Amino acid sequence: MTALLEVRNLSARVADTQILSNLSLSLPAGEVHAIMGPNGAGKSTLSHVLTGKPGYEVTGGEARLDDQDLLALEPEARASRGVFLSFQYPVEIPGVPALTFLRTALNAQKKARGEAEVSAPDFLKLVRAKAAGLKMDFDMLKRALNVGFSGGEKKRMEILQMAVLAPRLAILDETDSGLDIDALRIVAEGVNALRAPDRSMLVITHYQRLLDYIRPDRVHVLAGGRIVASGGPELALDLEREGYDRFVDLAA
Amino acid sequence: MSLAQALLTGDPGYLPSRREEAWRWTDLRGLIRVLPPPAPAFCGDLPLASFAAPFPTEEVVIVDGQGPTGLDIPAGETRRISLRLINAAAGAGHVGRVRVSLEAGARAVLLQTHEALAGGYVGETQIDISLGDGARLERLVLADDREDAVSVTISDVRLARGAVFNDAVLTTGARRQRLETRLTHAAGESEARLLGLYRLAGRRHADLTSLIEHESPGSASDQLVKGTVDGQSRAVFQGRILVRPGADRTDARMGHHALVLSDTAEVDAKPELEIYADDVSCAHGNTVGTLDDEALFYLRQRGMSEARARAFLTEAYVSAVLDGITDQDLQTVARAWLAREAAP
Ligand SMILES: Nc1ncnc2c1ncn2[C@@H]1O[C@H](COP(=O)(O)OP(=O)(O)OP(=O)(O)O)[C@@H](O)[C@H]1O
Ligand SMILES: [Mg+2]
Repeated sequence: MTALLEVRNLSARVADTQILSNLSLSLPAGEVHAIMGPNGAGKSTLSHVLTGKPGYEVTGGEARLDDQDLLALEPEARASRGVFLSFQYPVEIPGVPALTFLRTALNAQKKARGEAEVSAPDFLKLVRAKAAGLKMDFDMLKRALNVGFSGGEKKRMEILQMAVLAPRLAILDETDSGLDIDALRIVAEGVNALRAPDRSMLVITHYQRLLDYIRPDRVHVLAGGRIVASGGPELALDLEREGYDRFVDLAA
Repeated sequence: MSLAQALLTGDPGYLPSRREEAWRWTDLRGLIRVLPPPAPAFCGDLPLASFAAPFPTEEVVIVDGQGPTGLDIPAGETRRISLRLINAAAGAGHVGRVRVSLEAGARAVLLQTHEALAGGYVGETQIDISLGDGARLERLVLADDREDAVSVTISDVRLARGAVFNDAVLTTGARRQRLETRLTHAAGESEARLLGLYRLAGRRHADLTSLIEHESPGSASDQLVKGTVDGQSRAVFQGRILVRPGADRTDARMGHHALVLSDTAEVDAKPELEIYADDVSCAHGNTVGTLDDEALFYLRQRGMSEARARAFLTEAYVSAVLDGITDQDLQTVARAWLAREAAP
């Protein structure tokens, strides 16, 4: 059986700088994998290449979702096939209430999949339930998306969107940074609630603390644009103790 | 030099040309070689106003410049009026003039629609608006001209003491279109809010020119114009606020912000504040930018097509202007207009 996400020898560059080189990663359905690695290693770049952000040039290798070529698809087509990215730096969208934005996104995905659109009342019910689960003030959703939100509020908004959009592959890029201790726990619970046999997650983080809550099935070390080591959850503890030095040497 | 003069005399020599400072971005002389014949008297049925639904009013209709010459609202009365300026004759020229006057303490809500039943027209309309002491007028202008039309509309507004004028002009442009506002704070303590919104595509052109004169103390002007240009379209914003000697304690604000959505579209802006009085508080801002690529990707990552995401962001960008409309019905009409324009 092939994995839900299969990345093989992926190489990519941005503005003539090679960032990813021969990166391979296999993420089976139902599993949660953590990616750790030094600043500038290419973690966000990987998340951008997988989601199709313009400006990145794939120079080799492939990425397959459910054994289908992911890299050939437009970003919105990847989204409607279930690829979700919780952004390291969520974007502010002035003039658009978060609710309007989220409903438009959900219905765009449903339409692309040939499903019926969700009605306004059903949508509100869904969002209310998910927001309550994340202990979010519902009134915040009437404000312009992310405008004037604190760092932690933005990250919570990302997880709310994930809960509503119910992706197959969720990539969380440093969703834990900027969260206070309570928010970290709430967000982690939100993530755990989404664990499902047909859903996989790639959790990019710098901190063991998040992994105490979200017990990953595997931990990968990304350094110098490729995966240089993989192991069980204990690998994260090793990293916390020893730092990245020996892996950075490996990458060189 | 004016289009009206040229139309009335049939002499293109009267057309404003780009050699005149005030018309340098809206050249009519270079565009029109021969003036069209005057529009024949209109006979036929007019369509119902498309925006009448949520707006119960008395209707004033002017077809190709012909119709009632004035609207007078007596002291203390309140009215809701729909003023329809209709271009009916294809390829014809017309000149019109209408007066809207509110006596002291009168109030009115005015929905002014520029409608076209045919294309190729060349017209100029002047609207003389006067507000007596403490009168209050809220106006929404929907300028729906044809892409092959030439259209000039001049609003000449005079505010007496304590009058309040709240104006919003929404346009999609024309082959050449000028929506000009001349406003005078004549007797002090009056307030004007001038909102403008343009959405231009294809080869359309729109020119929002305004001259706001503060002649007396303690008045406020707040102007906000936002717009987008796509295709090979061109937007012109010329805003001038003149605070004359003695117009102390004036509060004047001007903002113009545009998004350029294509490499071949153009925005020309000239904001000017001239102040010859004391204790004046002023602010102005002018920005021309492009759609934020990060925001565009964010929306696409959430599943919106590129076209939908662009429409979404541009609508969001301009819609802030409509927040300044205070009348709920006008607000609804304006939002519906924008939604129609934003549909991808
Ligand atoms: N547009 C760009 N032009 C040139 N270099 C870029 C560009 N974008 C990213 N890079 C470089 O690519 C490298 C990888 O960046 P990336 O954001 O993927 O790192 P990261 O592993 O996510 O780091 P962090 O832990 O700090 O978030 C960095 O050296 C960065 O400077
Ligand atoms: Mg990063």
